[in-house]
Amino acid sequence: MTTAPPTLAAATGGTDLLLWVAVPYVCLAVFVVGHVWRYRQDQFGWTTHTSQLLEHRWLRWGSPLFHLGAFMVIAGHVVGLAVPASWTEAVGISEHTYHTTAVWAGSVAGVTMVAGLGMLCARRLLTRSIRLGTDRSDKLLFPLLSATVLLGITATAAHNVFGGGYDYRPTVSVWFRGVFTLRPEPEAITGAPLLFQLHALTACLLFAAWPFTRLVHVWSAPIGYLVRPYLVYRRRATTARPTARLGTSAAERRA
Amino acid sequence: MRVMAQIAMVMSLDKCIGCHTCSVTCKQTWTNRTGVEYAWFNNVETKPGVGYPRRYEDQEHWKGGWMLDKRGRLVLRSGGRLKRLLSLFSNPDLPSIEDYYEPVTYDYDNLVSAPAGKDIPVARPRSVLTGKPTAITWGANWEDGLGGAPEHAGGDPNLTGAWAQKVKFEFEQTFLFHLPRLCEHCLNPACVSACPSGAMYKRVEDGIVLVDQDRCRGWRMCVTACPYKKVYVNHATGKAEKCTFCFPRIEAGQPTVCSETCVGRLRYLGLLLYDADRVGEAAATPDEHDLLDAQRGVFLDPHDPEVITAARESGIPEDWLDAARRSPVYDLVMRYKVALTLHPEYRTQPMVWYVPPLSPVLDAVDVAGGNRDDPDHVFAAVTRLRIPLEYLAELFTAGDTDVVAGVLMKLTALRSYMRERTLGEPGDETALKAVGLTARQAEDLHRLLAVAKYQDRYVVPAAHKEDAAALTAMENRCPVESSVPAEPRKVMLGIPTLRRRTTGDHG
Repeated sequence: MTTAPPTLAAATGGTDLLLWVAVPYVCLAVFVVGHVWRYRQDQFGWTTHTSQLLEHRWLRWGSPLFHLGAFMVIAGHVVGLAVPASWTEAVGISEHTYHTTAVWAGSVAGVTMVAGLGMLCARRLLTRSIRLGTDRSDKLLFPLLSATVLLGITATAAHNVFGGGYDYRPTVSVWFRGVFTLRPEPEAITGAPLLFQLHALTACLLFAAWPFTRLVHVWSAPIGYLVRPYLVYRRRATTARPTARLGTSAAERRA
Repeated sequence: MRVMAQIAMVMSLDKCIGCHTCSVTCKQTWTNRTGVEYAWFNNVETKPGVGYPRRYEDQEHWKGGWMLDKRGRLVLRSGGRLKRLLSLFSNPDLPSIEDYYEPVTYDYDNLVSAPAGKDIPVARPRSVLTGKPTAITWGANWEDGLGGAPEHAGGDPNLTGAWAQKVKFEFEQTFLFHLPRLCEHCLNPACVSACPSGAMYKRVEDGIVLVDQDRCRGWRMCVTACPYKKVYVNHATGKAEKCTFCFPRIEAGQPTVCSETCVGRLRYLGLLLYDADRVGEAAATPDEHDLLDAQRGVFLDPHDPEVITAARESGIPEDWLDAARRSPVYDLVMRYKVALTLHPEYRTQPMVWYVPPLSPVLDAVDVAGGNRDDPDHVFAAVTRLRIPLEYLAELFTAGDTDVVAGVLMKLTALRSYMRERTLGEPGDETALKAVGLTARQAEDLHRLLAVAKYQDRYVVPAAHKEDAAALTAMENRCPVESSVPAEPRKVMLGIPTLRRRTTGDHG
């Protein structure tokens, strides 16, 4: 699956293949397998790991800012990376309109997220009880997430807000889509500015780390709560999965 | 009719001496772990007092329990489903650790390892959360026996209205009683209804409300929704924990740890059969003063042949039906109607019931120069001395003083009648008649309240053999730990370190 066509190897150097083909696929594989493993092995550890009990003054602003900013940033990345430029042009959005909207909306989203994340990092560092409760996965997650977010917003600021403007859609976006369509195009991103490249690489690492951190709570967003009945009754015999499993095996032994 | 059984508790508050044995044994059993140092599944409060966590009864502030909206529908006070999801990022109504208290340990090591010197070494308190020396300024029973009450007890949310001024004014002639509290294992649990992940549930077989530790995702909405603040966040695991009603013991036919170790023998455990289909309707009763009767209306008479047939259809086994007929809880709640719930106006239909204390009224009789052995004096006091009565009514009947007065008069008549009988007199049944008791009933109630033995106080049927396979799967592990089978596993990233050093020598 991950083996590139021969022409690809000829056109790009070994380092580029490693960085823009091997690393993304390895990270994605860790992302998928890691989630399956964690979900099966560690339901008990699958939590937001809330620390609001210990500190709420910073969290009250930092957490909503971070999460809302993150939603906007993710939406922006979906539009910018997954949607080809030809599609937006086909519906009559000119490159200039797209670029202006993207820079403005992206800046608002990015600043919101950075501000929120900054506050969350600050309370984690400054509140002693939370700092002591920070486990190894947090010590990996917070720097990695901060690096990714900061590189992303710096790239946008340096090139598109204050710089001459860099259109990532024919380059970074093409590489990104190539990874998912199983037709990797590493040469598409090799010419991109360093900040964009670093941002893409830290993002890959973030995805690899995802299943082993508290980020897994994203997949437990409780949307089903909107429609379920208020009262939940459960029978004792089915209170926990291992219990049910052992119950079955006991029944099988009897049979 | 959908018959379900619930194991419920009654506490006779006159017998509580506030020794905290229930709290301590509960803590040693369930919450002596990192992350829940501050949590007391069972605690004993002195009333009047602000309670634990501070002012938890102030639902205007904490938004616990249910209420009726403008159209008379039953809604969670903390808001609807969408509002709850929108407050996932930051829950505006979550108590902070300061509202409970900062848990501490002591430098015990210093007592033996301090170098020789002029002064006797002391064990200084250290915060368990930060490892730093700290000053202890609050605790779960800070106001024990009204300690510090002149400073704090005025903050008791039950002290509202004009009569409350009088309580504060006459504090030197004060009254107090102890109130042991644990999870109410409600029929209409607000915590379960507020849980976004559906991790909390009420067990069909015995009504115990539990948190599935594997499904809890740490959204902490249960803490807000519970008006009794009896769900806690474990800050080490990031999951909710609560009183389990000692289900492993209950399943084995044993009383809960708090009941087992109760020095005053004031706790009763027994079954109540109820109609699950009527719970919602009863909880939505418009007038708060009718909530007590509405909840009693949900319970079913275990002697009624129709109920027995329906219970069999629901799969309730025969020995459970037999236990329901012998239930001391049914007698106190339904037959003699001397047990009341704590704050019925929260509309959760709690299943831990209280026989209100007569002692504050008797104290008041003494203060007024009356004879506490004369039922006429006490009857007069019950109706005339508004302070304790209004206060008890705020706690147990949503402010309806008539109901509390009725129960207290019943207890007074019972005392006076049984005193006469014990002294060899025939016993004057006039007072009994006035409160609707026959001589035989009085003797039965007296036996239940005063002399009941272990097997009369705790009628707990064991869980059923059909479930034995499921139960053996549970017995070799701690129910609040991971339910992953006992095979050895490596601790990987993301799994919280469950032990934190609290000796204070870390950086």
